[in-house]
Amino acid sequence: MFKKILIANRGEIAVRVIRACRELGITSVAVFSDVDRTALHVRKADEAYHLGPAAASESYLNIGKILHAAKQSRSDAIHPGYGFLSENPQFAQACAGAGVKFIGPTVAAMEMMGSKTRARQHMDVAGVPFVPGTSKGLASAKEAEQVAAKIGYPVMLKAAAGGGGKGMRLVNRSAELKAALEAAQSEAQRAFGDGEVYLEKAIINPRHIEMQVLADEHGNTVYLGERECSIQRRHQKVLEEAPSPFVDEDLRRRMGEVAVRVAKAAGYTNAGTVEFLVDRDKNFYFLEMNTRLQVEHPVTELITGLDLVHLQIHVAAGEKLPFAQQDIRIRGHAIECRIYAEDPDNNYFPSPGKITLLLAPSGPGIRRDGGMYEGWTVPMEYDPLLEKLIGYGTDREQAISRLVRAMNEYFLGGIKTNFSLFRRILNDPDFRAGNVDTGYLDRLMQAALPAAPGNDAGIAAIAAGIFAALEPGTATAADGHAPPRNGAHPAPAASGWKQTARVEALK
Amino acid sequence: MTYDVTIDGRNFRLELDHADARWHCRLDGREVHLDAVVARRDVLSLLIEGKAYEIKRERMATDMHLWVGNARYAAELRDPRSLRGRKTAAEDEQGPRKITAAMPGKVVRVLIREQDEVEAGQGILVVEAMKMQNEIKSPKKGIVQKLVVREGDNVNPGDVLAVVQ
Repeated sequence: MFKKILIANRGEIAVRVIRACRELGITSVAVFSDVDRTALHVRKADEAYHLGPAAASESYLNIGKILHAAKQSRSDAIHPGYGFLSENPQFAQACAGAGVKFIGPTVAAMEMMGSKTRARQHMDVAGVPFVPGTSKGLASAKEAEQVAAKIGYPVMLKAAAGGGGKGMRLVNRSAELKAALEAAQSEAQRAFGDGEVYLEKAIINPRHIEMQVLADEHGNTVYLGERECSIQRRHQKVLEEAPSPFVDEDLRRRMGEVAVRVAKAAGYTNAGTVEFLVDRDKNFYFLEMNTRLQVEHPVTELITGLDLVHLQIHVAAGEKLPFAQQDIRIRGHAIECRIYAEDPDNNYFPSPGKITLLLAPSGPGIRRDGGMYEGWTVPMEYDPLLEKLIGYGTDREQAISRLVRAMNEYFLGGIKTNFSLFRRILNDPDFRAGNVDTGYLDRLMQAALPAAPGNDAGIAAIAAGIFAALEPGTATAADGHAPPRNGAHPAPAASGWKQTARVEALK
Repeated sequence: MTYDVTIDGRNFRLELDHADARWHCRLDGREVHLDAVVARRDVLSLLIEGKAYEIKRERMATDMHLWVGNARYAAELRDPRSLRGRKTAAEDEQGPRKITAAMPGKVVRVLIREQDEVEAGQGILVVEAMKMQNEIKSPKKGIVQKLVVREGDNVNPGDVLAVVQ
């Protein structure tokens, strides 16, 4: 077993892995950039090494610096978390070269699954169902037209090298195809350094359902149940749950067996996720494989009773899986909300800043995986994921009610968050009925907002007075500010700036 | 004590006294029986006629919000008898004015030096936040009494950037 693991990541996932290390009696090593000196993961680790400036290329994406920290700290393994270098075969290769075990799959498996076209080619061989389309990048607009005509519109153009909606275009008619292809290719080139674009039949409003797999280094591969991840905003997941309300035992078994076949065809080891699109008729199609631990892994942990990060470490240490497929039981229901520092009134623009007050929920069935704390300033340089709030219950209804209750207890002051979005989703009848697909959130957000309550202005007025009476001199905002706005007084410089900032943000 | 309170643009007159460990309160003339304790900084437990409210206060550089449960209200409070409350526009122009940051950002350019004379509306420094640059202007004609930040400094809401006398 490893003595020391370096976590090549930050934020909530770094804290997650540090916790697993502590539970296993393994020394944890954190790395941090300039703006993360006060981050939670640095405080919770046993050791911490400074990488460099905030820019990811100078810190969390810098293979040389990370391996240097590993050498300095004498770490025997590296956990890459998710994002950053977690799916970078060069990094995995460099770890091997440095004699440090990479906690994840083999370089070959990462390379095979890293390109979506290459993945499709291999899945074809393995007899895995996938969305009809090309398994190679499109060579020309002419080829695109031919394939699209054969498959039938609408079609989806996608980037082979990445996701997140970049390099993706939905094409409804052949007249639009050429322009869409050019746009997708240049966007993919800019985003991933690889302009390869392929084509698939577009399935309208499918469900995005993914299957967790886990394989040891001795050929044992299992599936650990699915996650429903259809609730997305601009192709970014916002809320996930396990199990999927759409998947019955038979479908789970069939999808699980295909996922295991996919993993085995790739020679996959450690934790991974096979993504599927599922249509209304419960036909499922392989989409891609993510060769890392995913953000939403907690919901799978809660319904299986397994600790995936522990298992990742055990597998990487060469141990066999301590269970077989028939030992895996799914029990209860878990739902995860991704809490981001975003302004819902400003198109979910990132909203960094200082967390001035944090009243966090707890109690039955509530799990929080986060990297924030009261008094911390959310840096603007990275993805603004603050925390994953997960509700778990004996069934879906209880998981929802616990999550609603937890959101009610939750208060974050000083920054804007996307809390209001979850209140809307969790109370929405379609969500409660389990009627979701990848078009769900767009539809919900286009619908009229429910009427805001706000009858408590009088209560607020009383509270304002009480605060002032109990803390004289701290009644209003920061010192030195202009009195009432009702006067003919020019606005202070600072609020003029805020106004300008708002106007700029809306452009 | 009497306060003029504005909540989301609506004005209230609040009379509030704390005597013998009890609160006496009148809101727009109507008596309200209440009990209140501050549970921790910026968190108030308010009991009114049996109903329990958890009030959170959020204070930013230029404004304040109160949350009653999960509902957010913009709040402004003035003690009509205090000096600050009775300052006229003209009087205010005379004292030193602190210029504070409204948003987290980074000072990318300083346009003046200490002791420089500035006009109202003249640019003092440029702060960059989230790839947008904002020129901070002097609110009044006067002299830059103090320049608190330097180029390259990171600032948080409420941080004083400069003082114009």
